[in-house]
Amino acid sequence: MSHRRVAVVGAGMTKFVRFAKETPGELAYQAGKMALESCEMDISQIDSVSIGSAPDAFDGFHMKGEMLAEPSGGWRKPVMRNYVGGGTGVMSIIHGWQHVASGLFDTCLVVCEEKMSSAFPHPAGAFLTIFDHTTEQPIKPTLLWIFAIEMNRFMHVHGYKKEEIALVAVKNKKNALDHPAAQLGAEITVKDVLNSEIMAWPVNRLDVSPTSDGAVAIVLAAEHIARRVTEKPVWVDGVGWTLDSAYWCTRDLYYPDYVEVAARKAYEMAGIKEPSKEIHIAEPYDPFTYKELHHLEGLMLCPRGGSVKMLLDGVTQRNGNLPVCPSGGLLGVGNPISAAGLMKVAEIFWQLRGEAGKRQVPGNPKCGVAQAWGDLMQVGTVVVMRN
Amino acid sequence: MVKRVAIVGVGTTGFRATTPDVSYRELTYEAATKAYLNAGIEPKDVGAFVSTAEDFTEGYSIADEYSPDQLGAVLKPIHTVPGDFIQSLANAYMIIQSGFCDIAVVQGLSKASNMLTKSDMITFATCPFTWRPLKESHHAIAAMEMNRFLQSSGNTREQCAKVVVKNRRNALNNPRAVHGTNLSLDDVLHSEIVSHPLGRLDIAQYADGAVVCVLASEEKVQSLKGEPIWIKGIGWATETSALESRTWDEAVYLKVASQMAYKMAGIRSPRKEIDFAEINDEYSYKELQHLEALGIFAKGESGKSVEAGLTEITGEFPVNASGGNLGCGATLELDGGHKVIEIVLQLRGQAGTNQLKNARTGLAASWRGVPTTTGAVAILAKE
Amino acid sequence: MTISNKQMTKEMIEKTVTSLSREDVIGNKVITSKWEPKLQYAWDNGPAIGRYLAELKNGKLIAKKCRKCNRIMIPPRMFCELCWRPTDEWVYVKDSGTVNTFVISHVDWKAGRLDIKGGVRPFTPAVIEIDGASEGMGILHMIDEIDPQKIKIGMKVKAIWKKPAEREGAITDILYFKPR
Repeated sequence: MSHRRVAVVGAGMTKFVRFAKETPGELAYQAGKMALESCEMDISQIDSVSIGSAPDAFDGFHMKGEMLAEPSGGWRKPVMRNYVGGGTGVMSIIHGWQHVASGLFDTCLVVCEEKMSSAFPHPAGAFLTIFDHTTEQPIKPTLLWIFAIEMNRFMHVHGYKKEEIALVAVKNKKNALDHPAAQLGAEITVKDVLNSEIMAWPVNRLDVSPTSDGAVAIVLAAEHIARRVTEKPVWVDGVGWTLDSAYWCTRDLYYPDYVEVAARKAYEMAGIKEPSKEIHIAEPYDPFTYKELHHLEGLMLCPRGGSVKMLLDGVTQRNGNLPVCPSGGLLGVGNPISAAGLMKVAEIFWQLRGEAGKRQVPGNPKCGVAQAWGDLMQVGTVVVMRN
Repeated sequence: MVKRVAIVGVGTTGFRATTPDVSYRELTYEAATKAYLNAGIEPKDVGAFVSTAEDFTEGYSIADEYSPDQLGAVLKPIHTVPGDFIQSLANAYMIIQSGFCDIAVVQGLSKASNMLTKSDMITFATCPFTWRPLKESHHAIAAMEMNRFLQSSGNTREQCAKVVVKNRRNALNNPRAVHGTNLSLDDVLHSEIVSHPLGRLDIAQYADGAVVCVLASEEKVQSLKGEPIWIKGIGWATETSALESRTWDEAVYLKVASQMAYKMAGIRSPRKEIDFAEINDEYSYKELQHLEALGIFAKGESGKSVEAGLTEITGEFPVNASGGNLGCGATLELDGGHKVIEIVLQLRGQAGTNQLKNARTGLAASWRGVPTTTGAVAILAKE
Repeated sequence: MTISNKQMTKEMIEKTVTSLSREDVIGNKVITSKWEPKLQYAWDNGPAIGRYLAELKNGKLIAKKCRKCNRIMIPPRMFCELCWRPTDEWVYVKDSGTVNTFVISHVDWKAGRLDIKGGVRPFTPAVIEIDGASEGMGILHMIDEIDPQKIKIGMKVKAIWKKPAEREGAITDILYFKPR
């Protein structure tokens, strides 16, 4: 398997906010523009566009990709949207990689946008219809339940405590204080998390990422272009993606097989044999506190049942041995679904280039991994990047 | 670097007005079973799957959730393209070209009959500030385009009606088609006006169905039993969703998409180098507009060519021998799937009564329907 | 060709978005436009879920078995998604099971808060592994007739059904599960 080498050469993003005045298209445009400017490229140098966006119900558009095509730089160009629910953000760099690695295109602008505030009174309503229309929707489930269901099982099997898991929120919200685009950076304590209102036990308010509006974009280029455009290309060395069965009640939710399967594929492609040693920085998907831990186990960055120890030992702090979500993650920066996933990719890009400003992790990291998750607890999307 | 990639297996349920006996799961399962059997593979042989779905047509938020089970894709690389089937086909093509895997599967589905408010759904795809408040039918958008196209190209409403007569008659001999019938030109021209100049019979009706295609790299093709049909060129493009600034005279999206596909296939003179085509004709005028955008006929020449019988099954350049959307139905995201499978069957000589003579290279062209300006093109050949 | 190295700054980011407050939006301080989409569907459920619903109306739970992997699957399906072959036989399973995992929810499906302090019982949905189906084979349903704090993973529960005359062939023909 010989792949054409593909690099990230530019990235840009909007601020993540609860209510943006800008339209979805304007958000996408802002992110794309910043990404192009960051590598001094022009839209005429872009051969193809990949759009990532999660449920159409948020922005309030049927065929949202069509609406986003032109503002994402796709006017009269090959534009294709990809989609795996919450996993879309990281799927999007994979989708862009498919465009460039195929040899069909030399460049691809990848744009992820979500405007959740359009769904009124609350975007949660849009999540009822993720459940099976006949066997589940009549019970009127909400998205929070599936997280609480999974978290409960995860805690039960490993004996994790809520006060341990709460540390993820403390860490990520603190990290986000240093992110200029962050919506919810804050200095909080474990007690604050435990005392925040109960949403759906075991999930409290501060275990949850916010609803957000925002967009993120990256520029991908084939090797010969990348070397011309920048001194510091960040290579897409491994990609993996998968979906588990939609029959989520028949799987043991304590372990994310889907993350492991996707990670194994990405590691194999990147030639990684010992992930916890060869990967220096990680941005696992953290829409809920326990999810960061759940995904670290799936990414095989610690043994099954070993994620809490790693957290308690400070390994995952920004100055720890394996910084995890140095950006501030979804819990701190915000969660405009697909854009949040691509924000993680952009963070790895900036960290590996030494351009993360106050968020920069020490030790000149050489290899990073970003991961996202989605749908009915079934999507794993993983990318390995190196400088 | 460039490998040859072929379609080695196809499966479809055919297209029906309703499919009350099966859910979307069984519908795809049937098409997938046929496609895998046709290619001589099992799902475990597949390296990546691409499904095609839009949330509101499936009626699910994040509809991709329900894609893996019925394809045998559980815990395999699979993702969804909310676009046209030919875009998904292009995505699978890119995955194989990248070297990620040698066999990939593409799926598309229409359960249009389950959607009770299709018109409202399409309105939901338009601008909330400039179009929705006007409370116009989405057919009005097509009618505006038809008016402008006919005026600028010189084609006529009668020539559009001829397309309807031809395609619905072709569908009578296609076992996969549902809307075949024998109409006169007069029937079409005097059908009730929906949105002038569009009459009821100028508009394709919907259909349910599923299509699955198996793609393989040249290396793999040798070891598979399916008869390969090669993807010579593929292209896709979008102009703009804005009604205010789009090109109304011609289908620019299909022009751009076809230029990409022709370049890849090394085609300079499409009319000569391509033998036949399956083209989106959700509205009668779209067949003409698309033929001109594809460069098959010069501007203003498509209507005359249809009148002269060039596009009949027996003609020099058969168009929509399957019956097209007017005869087989509009199938939303599955549009390109219907085109691709009909081309593959023709190229393999398996098209039955409607089999064309000397079908060696065929062109499939899809459109994502009102209000989009997105289209995709695939050029398929026996060699 | 210039080699660029432009770092993202706070100033650049601030310019990208105009952040509004909830007051701005709800208090009509900015111009808003509303659209309530009319989206209606009539699902074809197919033979597997069709039979499942018909049996629910009869007060029974039915599953389907795959002879290759020997899984007895609920909800039933016409094909086994793991072996990827047609399933073989219909199997009645019990209307009782074991709690695999559960939630004590203080919100409804629209993220609206329940009046817990006012005495409203939190919703307690659970994944319930059904007796007679293969291990780990669960369905989503509600638990009731127990103090939410006393629900435990591993707890045995049984279905409480609507009266036969009130059943309509839906998953809600089971009102909830209660400890047994």
